[in-house]
Amino acid sequence: MSIIDWFAKKEKSTGSSERLNIPGDVWVKCTSCSEILFQKDLESNQKVCPKCGFHFRISPEDRIRYTFDTNTFIEKDSEIGPTDFLRFFDTESYTDRIRKAQSKSGKNDAVVSGTATINGLPVNTAIMNFAFMGGSMGSVVGEKITRTIERSVEDFKPVVVFTSSGGARMQEGIMSLMQMAKTSAALERLAEQRVPYISVLCDPTTGGTSASFAILGDINIAEPGALISFAGPRVIEQTIRQKLPKGFQRSEFLLAHGMVDMVTDRRELRHTLSTLLTTLSIPREPNQ
Amino acid sequence: MKLLPFEKPLAELYDKIAQLRKLSVEGNIDLSGEIEKIEGRAEQVRKEIYTNLTPNQIVQVARHPHRPDTDSLIRLIFDTFVELHGDRLFGDDPAIVGGIATLGQFRVVVMGHQKGHDTKENIRRNFGMPNPEGYRKALRLMQMADRFRMPIITFIDTPGAYPGIEAEERGQAEAIARNLREMAGFTVPIVSFVIGEGGSGGALGIGVANRLYMLQNAVYSVISPEGCASILFRDAKKSDIAADAMKITAPEIVKLGIADGIIPEPLGGAHHDWKVVSQSIQEAIQAELCKFKDLSEQEIKSQRYAKFRAMGRFLDPGI
Repeated sequence: MSIIDWFAKKEKSTGSSERLNIPGDVWVKCTSCSEILFQKDLESNQKVCPKCGFHFRISPEDRIRYTFDTNTFIEKDSEIGPTDFLRFFDTESYTDRIRKAQSKSGKNDAVVSGTATINGLPVNTAIMNFAFMGGSMGSVVGEKITRTIERSVEDFKPVVVFTSSGGARMQEGIMSLMQMAKTSAALERLAEQRVPYISVLCDPTTGGTSASFAILGDINIAEPGALISFAGPRVIEQTIRQKLPKGFQRSEFLLAHGMVDMVTDRRELRHTLSTLLTTLSIPREPNQ
Repeated sequence: MKLLPFEKPLAELYDKIAQLRKLSVEGNIDLSGEIEKIEGRAEQVRKEIYTNLTPNQIVQVARHPHRPDTDSLIRLIFDTFVELHGDRLFGDDPAIVGGIATLGQFRVVVMGHQKGHDTKENIRRNFGMPNPEGYRKALRLMQMADRFRMPIITFIDTPGAYPGIEAEERGQAEAIARNLREMAGFTVPIVSFVIGEGGSGGALGIGVANRLYMLQNAVYSVISPEGCASILFRDAKKSDIAADAMKITAPEIVKLGIADGIIPEPLGGAHHDWKVVSQSIQEAIQAELCKFKDLSEQEIKSQRYAKFRAMGRFLDPGI
């Protein structure tokens, strides 16, 4: 985009909001079709644009509300928090970045994990939060995902993970890379125990997250239009020096290339998960 | 031998030596005393440079075009080697070489990323950046190793997995992820060596090992210093600061508990003496395989799991 385009776009958008004179928390503009939506309508539609079906990114709290039986979610490992063990400093210190993200989100790191039920079926679950430092995977994310899987190795409840992450957290250096191996190793143990794992890939799921637990589901479900990739589009464009085709690395592209089992509308997800898990799980006595 | 930018003081001395040699031959004058003196000085300068390398300079040594490559090291280290090809699904990726080899009493499966030493070879090898079929070939060989009770040796030397359209279409993420999971389950020992660049997931894709060694001037990082600099520092030229901040050198990787040991390199880097380096690696392989001989299949797998399970630094008030 040239700087002139940018100004043109900026002028246009300020123009429309002035014309409508709307406070931001009551109305929201669809990122995809530009339709002005009543915030309450959007929320009652699980943050899917009623006009074009665009799936907005959602918080773990929303995800829990849309997916699990009411009041069944019990959070685990919420007390685990990140530490700046490399004393990493880029344009600001990792310590400050952590503090800001924590005070903004009220959470310790980029994943919320725990237990819940879907249509009465108990699961262990983890939900990534893109709003927390781009959902990046550092030690805390890796540890909580691993503990979630290990709980299922013990209690045989299926694992459902919702991914939304830009990849590894660079501020934790090599340790963030190793979380890919740690989480994947736990999944090897889970497979050995014949416990189902469903990965729901949400926008975006890239880099180290996509190249570890996110793509390793017994069943991979993608939300419509989600960016799912190993290398980011910009990196590829720089490498091959050409523009990428439209829809490249989106959910539907992954479905066409055999990387996900289905692309499922968020409003259907609860039902789909329930059906899949009921069918997949080996009938057995709980190990407790 | 190509000199690196930070070796400039050496270049001047080497030039001088060459000039004196030429002069001595052409003019039939004995300048050996002079030459010796400058050679001594050059050696001293080299020592000074190499005892105080910055992380960014180490990255340059790790990427030196004449650094020993996987294929050459395999042929120097093992008694016999038969290269095997193809992933049985799509193709054969020249960016990863692998096969079966013997070393004394040991039969092993050995593999690694393959870079070239010149442009032509580098293009053929895709600069050591594998496509999914490379990781799938590696997995096929490792599964065979597990079946036939052969320890697995891997050499890591890649800028990263290839970021290309076809690589994405064929599931680069899936290929790497599957290797991570499957390597965790093998019941034969896996010993890995970062011989040059350990570039992110592309390196880890053949690096879920029981034991990991770093060559002295090898680096291992979650993203290239240039990539980190352009994303976090908003300036690719700040790669020297990024290289320092990410703690990517062999001593740092050992300190963080990721690598278990360092293979020393000759002064001036591994590219000065492939043979010495290959001998050190050979000794390490033999020592490690002897240790694992007494462990059961389950113990080998558990040791690897415990190693990766312990990786991570976080605050846990519950402990």
